[in-house]
Amino acid sequence: MGIETAFGDNILTTSLDKVVNWSRKNALWPMPFGLACCAIEMMSTVAARYDLARFGAEVFRFSPRQSDLMIVAGTVTYKMAAVTRKIYDQMPEPKWVIAMGSCASSGGIFDTYATVQGVGEIIPVDIYLPGCPPRPEALIHAVMEIQKKIDKESVLDD
Amino acid sequence: MADVSAIGKKLKKKFPNAVTKVKTFRGELTISIDKDYIERVAKFLCGDKASNFDYLSDLCGVDKSRLGSSNTFEVVYHLYSLKKNHRVRLKVEIPASNPIIDTVTNVWKTADWHEREAYDMFGIIFEGHPNLKRILTPEGFEGYPLRKDYPLKGRQPDSLREVYRKGKE
Ligand code: SF4
Repeated sequence: MGIETAFGDNILTTSLDKVVNWSRKNALWPMPFGLACCAIEMMSTVAARYDLARFGAEVFRFSPRQSDLMIVAGTVTYKMAAVTRKIYDQMPEPKWVIAMGSCASSGGIFDTYATVQGVGEIIPVDIYLPGCPPRPEALIHAVMEIQKKIDKESVLDD
Repeated sequence: MADVSAIGKKLKKKFPNAVTKVKTFRGELTISIDKDYIERVAKFLCGDKASNFDYLSDLCGVDKSRLGSSNTFEVVYHLYSLKKNHRVRLKVEIPASNPIIDTVTNVWKTADWHEREAYDMFGIIFEGHPNLKRILTPEGFEGYPLRKDYPLKGRQPDSLREVYRKGKE
């Protein structure tokens, strides 16, 4: 991407990877895209009892421009689909997406004309989190999986 | 709750051709109206001192096309009077093959979104509506989902999804 690509895969870039990934994964700024009941679990995940701050992801931003992890929590309807896509597009790179709950993953119980059968139809998803709704522990697990994924990224990827 | 039976009689006297049926069930008055008269009846019920229905609490569509052999849609109006604290229900049958009815937006402003919803879900055309377009489903949606002939688990064509998938570019 930047000047680092000129160095190729050597000790300089791999060390840089470590620093960059370490800072990215421990300071995720989620974009809470709460669309239905799952959003309640998402809120409780950041609240005192489950305390997502322990994983460095407590700064929920309601502005997509300031966030890098989109948590789609709830039922995505076709009416909302355009908004979902727009907000995803507005987030700066690099960005990751968690499809939280069976609705966001596959449409869930809403096998109807109005519901998008999984937000993956519209935006690229990194983690599918099953459950209806998933417990806060499960969301924390999903965030940890995202962290693992970030750890494997390299500045040389584009 | 005030006694509303007088309203039915009064309406019948005023518009003898418009009122096709008056029914009271558990103190709730339901009046069936001929479709050509709905606007006039609405104006009358809203303006009349004794009935004074100043509030349209709901308006909805019903698909009765598979109920018997009538092949009709129905538009149902729930009226309420804030001043008199009484209610009445109006029912208007329209043919399913040509579901057109006059708007009541010029009598009650709330009818605007309600009529748009009925249009969105049943494809009922409200003539004279200032902005009759879909309200709950996105633009480009095909079909009218609450009609009985809309397939269960009906899916939208891929073209609709394609619009979102492409994103900003
Ligand atoms: S997955 Fe279950 S809890 Fe989550 S939004 Fe859907 S219905 Fe609600």
